[in-house]
Amino acid sequence: MKVNFELNGKRVETDVEPRMTLADCIRDHLRQTGTHLACEHGVCGACTVLVNGEAVRSCLILAVQAQDERVLTVEGLSREEALTPLQSAFRKHHALQCGFCTPGFITTAHALLTEEPEADEDRIREVLSGNLCRCTGYLPIIEAVLEARSAYTHKDDK
Amino acid sequence: MRIPNSYIGRPIERTEDLRFLRGRGTYVADVNRPRQLTAAILRSSLAHGRLRGINASRALAMPGVHRVLTANDFDNEIPRIALRLQPLPQLAPFHQPMIADKKVRYVGEPVALVVAETAAIAEDALDFIEVDIEPLPVVVAREQAEAALLFEEHGTNCAISWKAFRGDADAAFKEADYVRRGHFKVQRHAAMFMEPRGFVADWDGQTLTVWGAAKTAWYNRRLLAASLRLPIEAVDLIEVDVGGGFGSRGEFYPEDYLIPAAAKLVGRPVKWNEDRREHMMAANHAREVECEVEIAARRDGRVLGLRGQIWSDIGAYVRTNGGVGPRNVAQYMSGPYAIENIDLKSSMLLTNKTPTGTYRGPGRFETDFIRERMLDLLAKDLNIDRLELRRRNFVADSQMPYPLASITPYDSSTELDSGDYHAVFDRCLAEFDWKTKEQFSGRLIDGYYHGLAVGSFIEGGAAGPKEEARLVLETDGTLSVYLGSSSVGQGLETIMAQIAADATEMPYEKIRVRHGSTSHVKEGYGAYHSRSTVMGGSAILRAAEQLKERIRALGAKRLGCLAEQVMLDGERARYGNRTLRFADLSAFPIEVEAEFLNNKQTWAYGTHAVHVAVDAGTGRVKVLDYMAVEDVGRTINPATLHGQTIGSIVQGLGGAFLEHLVYDANGQLLTGSFADYLMPTASDFPKIRSSIVELKRCPNNPLGAKGGGEGGIIPVGGIMANAIADALKQLDVQPMELPLSPPRIWALVEAAKSQVTTRLEGENGK
Amino acid sequence: MKLAAFDYASPATIEEAVALLASRSGNAKIISGGQSLVPMLAFRLAAPELLVDLKQLQGLNRIDIAEDGVRLGAKVRWCEIERNERLKGAHPLLVEAIRHVAHYQIRNRGTVGGSLAHADPAAEMPGIAITSEAELMIVGSKGKRIDKASDFFKGSLSTSLAPDEILTEIKLPPWLVGRRWAFLEFALRRGDFAIAGVALYYDMVGGNIADIHIGAIGVGDRPLRLHAVEAVLNGRKLDDVAIEDAAKAARESIDPPSDIHAPAEYRRALLTTLLARALRQSAV
Repeated sequence: MKVNFELNGKRVETDVEPRMTLADCIRDHLRQTGTHLACEHGVCGACTVLVNGEAVRSCLILAVQAQDERVLTVEGLSREEALTPLQSAFRKHHALQCGFCTPGFITTAHALLTEEPEADEDRIREVLSGNLCRCTGYLPIIEAVLEARSAYTHKDDK
Repeated sequence: MRIPNSYIGRPIERTEDLRFLRGRGTYVADVNRPRQLTAAILRSSLAHGRLRGINASRALAMPGVHRVLTANDFDNEIPRIALRLQPLPQLAPFHQPMIADKKVRYVGEPVALVVAETAAIAEDALDFIEVDIEPLPVVVAREQAEAALLFEEHGTNCAISWKAFRGDADAAFKEADYVRRGHFKVQRHAAMFMEPRGFVADWDGQTLTVWGAAKTAWYNRRLLAASLRLPIEAVDLIEVDVGGGFGSRGEFYPEDYLIPAAAKLVGRPVKWNEDRREHMMAANHAREVECEVEIAARRDGRVLGLRGQIWSDIGAYVRTNGGVGPRNVAQYMSGPYAIENIDLKSSMLLTNKTPTGTYRGPGRFETDFIRERMLDLLAKDLNIDRLELRRRNFVADSQMPYPLASITPYDSSTELDSGDYHAVFDRCLAEFDWKTKEQFSGRLIDGYYHGLAVGSFIEGGAAGPKEEARLVLETDGTLSVYLGSSSVGQGLETIMAQIAADATEMPYEKIRVRHGSTSHVKEGYGAYHSRSTVMGGSAILRAAEQLKERIRALGAKRLGCLAEQVMLDGERARYGNRTLRFADLSAFPIEVEAEFLNNKQTWAYGTHAVHVAVDAGTGRVKVLDYMAVEDVGRTINPATLHGQTIGSIVQGLGGAFLEHLVYDANGQLLTGSFADYLMPTASDFPKIRSSIVELKRCPNNPLGAKGGGEGGIIPVGGIMANAIADALKQLDVQPMELPLSPPRIWALVEAAKSQVTTRLEGENGK
Repeated sequence: MKLAAFDYASPATIEEAVALLASRSGNAKIISGGQSLVPMLAFRLAAPELLVDLKQLQGLNRIDIAEDGVRLGAKVRWCEIERNERLKGAHPLLVEAIRHVAHYQIRNRGTVGGSLAHADPAAEMPGIAITSEAELMIVGSKGKRIDKASDFFKGSLSTSLAPDEILTEIKLPPWLVGRRWAFLEFALRRGDFAIAGVALYYDMVGGNIADIHIGAIGVGDRPLRLHAVEAVLNGRKLDDVAIEDAAKAARESIDPPSDIHAPAEYRRALLTTLLARALRQSAV
């Protein structure tokens, strides 16, 4: 079946079996391998992408269900010239070690802070409890997201 | 005057992060070769049985399926996975065949391999392979050990017993004022790194290239080459980015052979990625230990001896490092305490479960749980303050090097190198604020029982025998650093660049670290036992010295002076007012290779303290504050070390409370997904603090560093159990088993309450 | 864990969807959020021949608050309940229970209808449906019907839905002002399935409990109404003795399952403890 959607700002079209997940489509057909598979059953969050601005588990979405949607992956949230404020905060706080879970945290944190730039520590922990990390113990990730808030708040006029 | 580099000790931001944060890392699942096919593995669904036959004809008939491989495709003699560590001949009968050979011995054992156009087709084909297994009785517990033999020729299911000994335990027990016995259990759990394993193998007729290596690529290469009957030079293992290892990834597994063998047989590149369900039954399990131990002490709390028996449930085969955990439980039970008389037997029991191997702090997490619990029980029985008891027993720095128990077979001894255990103990108590928190001990506040505990540990590191580093001063003036160490996410590129920058005095930005391919250095050993900083770093120091000599020699010729007269400033060679840029020294890259030899373990050490609140009605335990202090001798990058410590502690908390690989009586693994195998999440343990100190350098390597990074996990089980016992001391609840899950804590409380009731009824009846 | 092959259709009307389901004699399944279905497909625990996506169907994602009750369309997602300001006042018990469902990413896709049709005995939405005597609107080849929650849940992962039927809406009775309520669940980690949970509400008439509804999740093969406990409490003051009696009745009226996470006796004790705590909480 043909599926047609927007990936990281560009219109894409590819031919998939209905059984192919959005995660596999992004990784294998569209060659964006920043989205990772660590469980393929919807628990670990490593595969998190944004669909119409909402953080979702791409291993639980069929590629065909993405028809006409707007999909953003970690690559779409990155810039060539420099790290984004969110990424810089992660680096500064040493919020990644092996890096495998990191794209999922970046996309999830971005979605959260875009919607709720004032999110407090409890809220951040609550939201990020849907992403597993085995290396960091989460502390530095929470610190990074707390710091990154300022980059999302000053977008409003206050 | 130029200020010397001082990158060592600074929390430099990591170079790896630039690609990881953008999703530009290359993990093995991201590697693709032209014309590649994909493999899937059919795994035994029975825990024990005789393989009668495999019929793959229906699978082969499916469109897109290219080959199905079974034991029949691999000559008469299926190669076996040799032990990498402690390779005793007595353990050879229990080596795992690369594919199930005549018997299956655990659920998950590879039985056949499908090679197909896509991963989905390969997985479809698995359902169409018929495997005929004659079931045999299943052994899943020590009590059933004689129900069936996993290796009939061996005669028992006990693979081997180690013995840790020091002094004269029997004499010590005879003269002791006090002897206390305890029976402990630690549950089966695992490293559970986030990136599942995978390989891409490509055979071009002459060279076999395999992507997906980690940790111990040189050993694996030798084993793979021998198993495939290829010369070593014809095999190259390449390590790409690796998503965590924790002691479990990188060891030679059946798939390390099967995928390259398939590529060679099929004549096209073959790619394989395990999924999480497979990972849970295929990658090493760890930690399942039962222990019956006695402690002997004087009335004043001085511990005189430890004596007892440990049983490790090691699963169906002895894996490449399967002896390490069981050995360590016995050898390191004394920890940082001066216990002169030790007699501990540690038996490795074969069962129809996934084989076990090392997982961060192997044997140490288990043994510290046992020892620290015994110390708190001892303190309670002798009515001695728990802190005071520990202080009376620490090994003093003046006693070092202090020999630990010796182990046999594979005779080895080791000594504690340096350390001020008292100072770190006191530092932890101060930062934790034990003085203030003490008042909460055992009190019921707002429905929660509060408890405290403190415990100390030692962390061995820097396993020898050696490590290699190759430095190449490129023609553009940059420095390439090639290492035998591997990266498993611990920030290797950054740390080694810091060391190289200080040692060569070259600018940090001009240094590029490359690691983990077997073509990089002649002989590397890898990343395990917290060795990379010490071994890899020391090798870099050696190589840097040699490089500076070479640069001086080359510079001397061009500058017209003696080598000793050449001054180096990190980018130029100079003599008088003549200078020469490094980039102009030679038309060719300047290469040196050096090794660092070491046979002495390093011993980092530390103390952790915790404050918990227990809800006796539900068994839930909240960790209100956790404080960790560790001395690693010398820190290269405090940010990465701190990160490792926090991560390690949280893994320990997972092991203490949540994680459990559960089997049923038929050897079926009941925890087969992340829905059932529960790992810590961001909301579970929010309050953890850690300090790193550099009190006592290691005298045995040029960096003065001790391997750190495993330490955080080691004391966690013990102090959590002690804190819960402290919280529930009114009820005399004594946890003796992990995990400390809510149902188990609740059951202990209920049992304790009914004992109180019985006692009261008894008293009332008088 | 790649999925086994299936056909896929994304019909524009509910009639088409029903016809597609009917055409495969039980081998077709509905997909909407997919948060429960896709993991089952990944583990190859289900092997439908056809998936019928509700994506294009209109009108199934409304939240209606009216005098005769609260209506939630089957495609309403957890995040939509969370963001709906009026629902907090219109049905506080529902909103509190839904706070415990899964995690952020799942809440952006998972649906009310999906949870009800999946019928996990530990899930919150079925628990609220049973506790509040909800009605479920169902459409199939034989037309429309309404099922009471107490008839809808048949067992673990099993409902009264025929293979060609689609759940379209759930209607909760209107919530009375001044009502007392509580929702408490216990899970090993935040967002996990409940080991046990309690939902309850009642009115106060002359200082006594009236018309109390108590539901329990995780302690049976389906969400349960604890009628025996309700009988013990109706018409009484809520005091320590009443709570003790209620706890005893709860202990005796449930027969919880055992699994690797919790043995039956723990679940029984846990439910009893949660009930007592929920009653105390409701009184504040």
